[in-house]
Amino acid sequence: MNDTLAGWLQITVLIAALALTYRPLGDYMARILTAGKHLAVEKVLYRLGGVDAEADQQWGAYLRSVLAFSAVCVLFLYGFQRLQNHLLLSLGFAPVKADQAFNTAASFVTNTNWQSYSGEVTMGHLVQMAGLAVQNFVSAAVGIAVVAALIRGFTRRRTDRVGNFWVDLTRVVVRLLLPMAFVFAIVLVATGAVQNFHGIHEIGTLVGDKQALTGGPVASQEAIKELGTNGGGFYNANSAHPFENPDGTSNLLEIYLLLAISFSLPRTFGRMVGDHRQGYAVLAVMGLIWAASVALITVNELHSVSSTAGHSAGGMLEGKEQRFGIWASALFAASTTLTSTGAVNSFHDSFSPGGGGMTIFNMMLGEIAPGGTGSGLYGILVLAVIAVFVAGLMVGRTPEYLGKKLGAREMKFASLYILATPAIVLIGTGTAMSLKGERASMLNSGPHGFSEVLYAFTSAANNNGSAFAGIGVNTHWYNTALGLAMLFGRFLPIIFVLALAGSLARQQPVPVTAGTLPTHRPQFVGLLTGVIVIVVGLTYFPALALGPLAEGLH
Amino acid sequence: MSLTTDRPQPVPSGGGAAARQQEPHRVSGGLLDPKQLLTSLPGAFGKLDPRIMVKNPVMFVVEVGAVLTTASAVKDPGVFPWVITVWLWLTAVFANLAEAVAEGRGKAQAETLRKTRTETVARRLVGWRHGDSAPAEEPVPAAGLRLGDHVVVEAGQVIPGDGDVVEGIASVDESAITGESAPVIRESGGDRCAVTGGTRVLSDRVVVKITSKPGETFIDRMIALVEGASRQKTPNEIALNILLASLTVVFLLAVVTLQPLAVYAGAEQSLVVLVALVVALIPTTIGALLSAIGIAGMDRLVQRNVLAMSGRAVEAAGDVTTLLLDKTGTITLGNRQAAAFLPVAGVTIDELADAAQLASLSDETPEGRSVVVLAEERYGLRGRQPGGRAEFVPFTAQSRMSGVDLAEDGDRRELRKGAASAVLHWIEENGGHPTADVGPMTDAIAAGGGTPLVVGEVVHRDGRTTATVLGVIHLKDVVKAGMRERFGELRRMGIRTVMITGDNPLTAEAIAQEAGVDDFLAEATPEDKMALIKREQAGGKLVAMTGDGTNDAPALAQADVGVAMNTGTSAAKEAGNMVDLDSDPTKLIEIVEIGKQLLITRGALTTFSIANDVAKYFAIIPAMFAVAYPGLDKLNVMGLHSPTSAIASAIIFNALIIIGLIPLALRGVRYRPSSASKLLGRNIRVYGIGGLVLPFAGIKLIDLVIQFVPGLR
Repeated sequence: MNDTLAGWLQITVLIAALALTYRPLGDYMARILTAGKHLAVEKVLYRLGGVDAEADQQWGAYLRSVLAFSAVCVLFLYGFQRLQNHLLLSLGFAPVKADQAFNTAASFVTNTNWQSYSGEVTMGHLVQMAGLAVQNFVSAAVGIAVVAALIRGFTRRRTDRVGNFWVDLTRVVVRLLLPMAFVFAIVLVATGAVQNFHGIHEIGTLVGDKQALTGGPVASQEAIKELGTNGGGFYNANSAHPFENPDGTSNLLEIYLLLAISFSLPRTFGRMVGDHRQGYAVLAVMGLIWAASVALITVNELHSVSSTAGHSAGGMLEGKEQRFGIWASALFAASTTLTSTGAVNSFHDSFSPGGGGMTIFNMMLGEIAPGGTGSGLYGILVLAVIAVFVAGLMVGRTPEYLGKKLGAREMKFASLYILATPAIVLIGTGTAMSLKGERASMLNSGPHGFSEVLYAFTSAANNNGSAFAGIGVNTHWYNTALGLAMLFGRFLPIIFVLALAGSLARQQPVPVTAGTLPTHRPQFVGLLTGVIVIVVGLTYFPALALGPLAEGLH
Repeated sequence: MSLTTDRPQPVPSGGGAAARQQEPHRVSGGLLDPKQLLTSLPGAFGKLDPRIMVKNPVMFVVEVGAVLTTASAVKDPGVFPWVITVWLWLTAVFANLAEAVAEGRGKAQAETLRKTRTETVARRLVGWRHGDSAPAEEPVPAAGLRLGDHVVVEAGQVIPGDGDVVEGIASVDESAITGESAPVIRESGGDRCAVTGGTRVLSDRVVVKITSKPGETFIDRMIALVEGASRQKTPNEIALNILLASLTVVFLLAVVTLQPLAVYAGAEQSLVVLVALVVALIPTTIGALLSAIGIAGMDRLVQRNVLAMSGRAVEAAGDVTTLLLDKTGTITLGNRQAAAFLPVAGVTIDELADAAQLASLSDETPEGRSVVVLAEERYGLRGRQPGGRAEFVPFTAQSRMSGVDLAEDGDRRELRKGAASAVLHWIEENGGHPTADVGPMTDAIAAGGGTPLVVGEVVHRDGRTTATVLGVIHLKDVVKAGMRERFGELRRMGIRTVMITGDNPLTAEAIAQEAGVDDFLAEATPEDKMALIKREQAGGKLVAMTGDGTNDAPALAQADVGVAMNTGTSAAKEAGNMVDLDSDPTKLIEIVEIGKQLLITRGALTTFSIANDVAKYFAIIPAMFAVAYPGLDKLNVMGLHSPTSAIASAIIFNALIIIGLIPLALRGVRYRPSSASKLLGRNIRVYGIGGLVLPFAGIKLIDLVIQFVPGLR
């Protein structure tokens, strides 16, 4: 089978699989978030945690729960890494250094999974399993919980309650992530991913060198790594490593997993607001952007050959696994940067300027097409609020979305939301570029070197976690700066989203009339897509011009 | 309901009526007189005061930028820095000019109003009580009047303050406020007791109880309103300002953090260039015009003789989802009119028409006159004096009949027309019996919402008396021309119309159907109306209504948009958030359109402003970095002459577009009632796509000119 046919087949199978699970998965998540009854195991957990499962929280209380939970997780994870030499299954690794432990803790709690370390030579099995993998579950669940609160803001009327964070969190983990991750871990094992508690094997290679191979509970972590749009690999090479991602089948499965929940959440949204068409409109915007991005990266990698190696290979094959090829690598790259996953099966640094620039642009979009679990949907809904506000004025009404008026208070939070992440990216990048020592971390010069720094801050602030690589980030400064970027990039938007949810929930909905801006038609899909691309484009154009554009245009 | 009696048919003094006739569906506003730009210029410079500018975050950034480039140009002079500096200042001045022009129009209006506020001496009555025939008088300056004082005003005198007539009746010239020269009647009691300070009594004498403090009269408030002195930012304006401020911060950050990147790229940028980039990117177009749009929206209402007490009310008008319209005077013409003659078997229609006309000649009520007119128009019966000796029997409320007694050759023919029961009773009194078809005919008319009038005849001939019913006149409410289409339009805009009437449900339903309103409230009491408003609002709807009576006041206050008629009571005017000086309830529909137009103008210019940025990037970014990275010159798609000319062109375009859009901001964008989708589609095409494309052409054109300026090559 030639590459092109294989590529098209993979894309077709992927889309078909996503389409098949859209309804059942989306409906199931809606049921989880709205069901009245608790499972026995959940009741036990509530009792253990001292949680009143029947309580309905105000947005402030919901937010405090999110922040408190996350703070505890950061502290726990930090301590875990710092004390790992005293723990079981440490494989003899030393404690992680303070700045790196902070960076890693922030990274996994924020669903970013930026890794300034190499997993196989830094983290023991227990830290991987009980520390990092646990965060893979709960950080993903936090995102879904927050978007559930936002949707309730739209659906509820005249109340200051937006749900119960502890219930949302527990249910998503227990009823959604654990069972799915369990099933898919077994499937991944079947494709050849490893799952054991082995230590380090030293083997002699054919050329006489020695190679250290670390085994471990890889498949179980891999499943949730993709499913929860986390992206933190067991190994440094991430999904390019054959123990994590053995072949084309596992590769396609991993792409499916990292898209599945985020692409199905619009269904959940449609179901909860009682109008599936609203869900389809959001899905259409996500799908359009995703498809365009896949197409652009693939075309660039196939045809815009910019390196000598590329010329001899007939495509940008440098930094890509032979067993995946250009098509599957481009598909993975687009999907991983458009969700907040950040797992990689190829080296984005070696992509063509256009393809690499596209991965940066994908993250700059704010991880919304389809984005991280929950965070993707709340991100696109906030952008929809902005789009509805401007467009709504153009139909001669005080703008309203799903019956809720967008007044000063709502616009304040939506504006702060769209302001937060770009501010972190731009300030972070600008600061790094103005510090001589930090510039020295770049392994390349010229615009490409700058792209590496831009990529790092874009990835951290948008909670993606993938790395352009080609930059030495395990320094005190980068560990701290990027750690802060991740924390602010995650929790500032969450604060604004929950505040928005509270403000929306208080309103009495306005009935839909012929004068209401319809938000389920192709017109709105086009409008929202346009607003997203233009607002993001305008914000980052100068930075992109000095990086990928300067590199790509000759 | 109070809106049933004769209402002055107004001739709006503003341009509204004329414009409406030329373009039936277009909300229009005043055009911009270029002279206004010039006269407003000093005001525009005055507004450069940073304490004023800071209220508009976008333009404040421009001013700060202009100060920075001025300093830079002074320190390091050159053609380019000075060109940028001058145009940045101009950008700020143009923005202020927009606001000053908008305010200037209000000021002119306020000036004419002020002239009416001449200082008058009031004749205060000391200890006046009802029925006081010779009250003691004392002269008091109008400014010294207190609430509750009684003053007497006689023909030729100016009413010293707002109040209610408590004794007497007078004709009053209110042209100072309404522009309407025909005098109006003001009398004590009822809904026409309110008088406004500054208007002149033309005849008779009235005693007025003062209801407002000096300095807070209606005219004072009008002056403050049209001048914009009491202008506060409206909720939507605040929301939009927040969005604009946040975009400004984003662009500010993007440019501030650009410098280290530029330094790394080996293309450090001068302060002038960085400021130019910031100003080009932040949404200056909408930022400059935002307040002018709001002021102009109020002004468009003023031109239609409607005073909005707050900008909030104008905005709410755009959001209205339910319109409560009084039937009489708004949906139907003031009175019922004869629509058809229905003869009983054996009588021709001409005979009936003739009899009906004769019987109605003495009926001076509008209904009676309409019978004469119908007979004349439909059956060619000229209004005429009957031959022979005729004795007219005028219509009275007691007899509920009118008619004529004709004596010819000793015979005596009596014709009567009137309420069905009265005429039938009269026939029976004279020994006649209505034929069997009369009952069903009257029932059918009543069922259809009309009012049946019966025409009867009693003939005394040769000592014998025969009494017969000739037929029935169908009286009905006449729906104003074009109302059905208007309501259809409103429906497409998503607005539900509810007709309010004191009629019985049957009648109300028939008229509602004919007029095409969505719903009706029959036998409405003020309490019903209030309940209806509350019910609608509980469902999240916004309600607009008109009213003039004191009993309308609570509903006017409750409604989101309450338009009080100027002819109404002070209580009603106090309760509503708009006053229609023409007292034309149909104007409610126009008010809604103006509210929508205001919001659309804001949205359209915001979209335009943001879309403009794309072209500006393509002008400025290659200009900044093409030296360091020659590949970026490919982004110079406009083929601009040089880096300096490119940046200058973008800044000049940015400033000129503000001037270019001032007329649009003042006039409002074109608005035709249609569905939200269509409106949005059109506005996106014009202001979104247009905003994307236009600056490419504009910047290129400017570049073609300024490339010849030495120092910009």
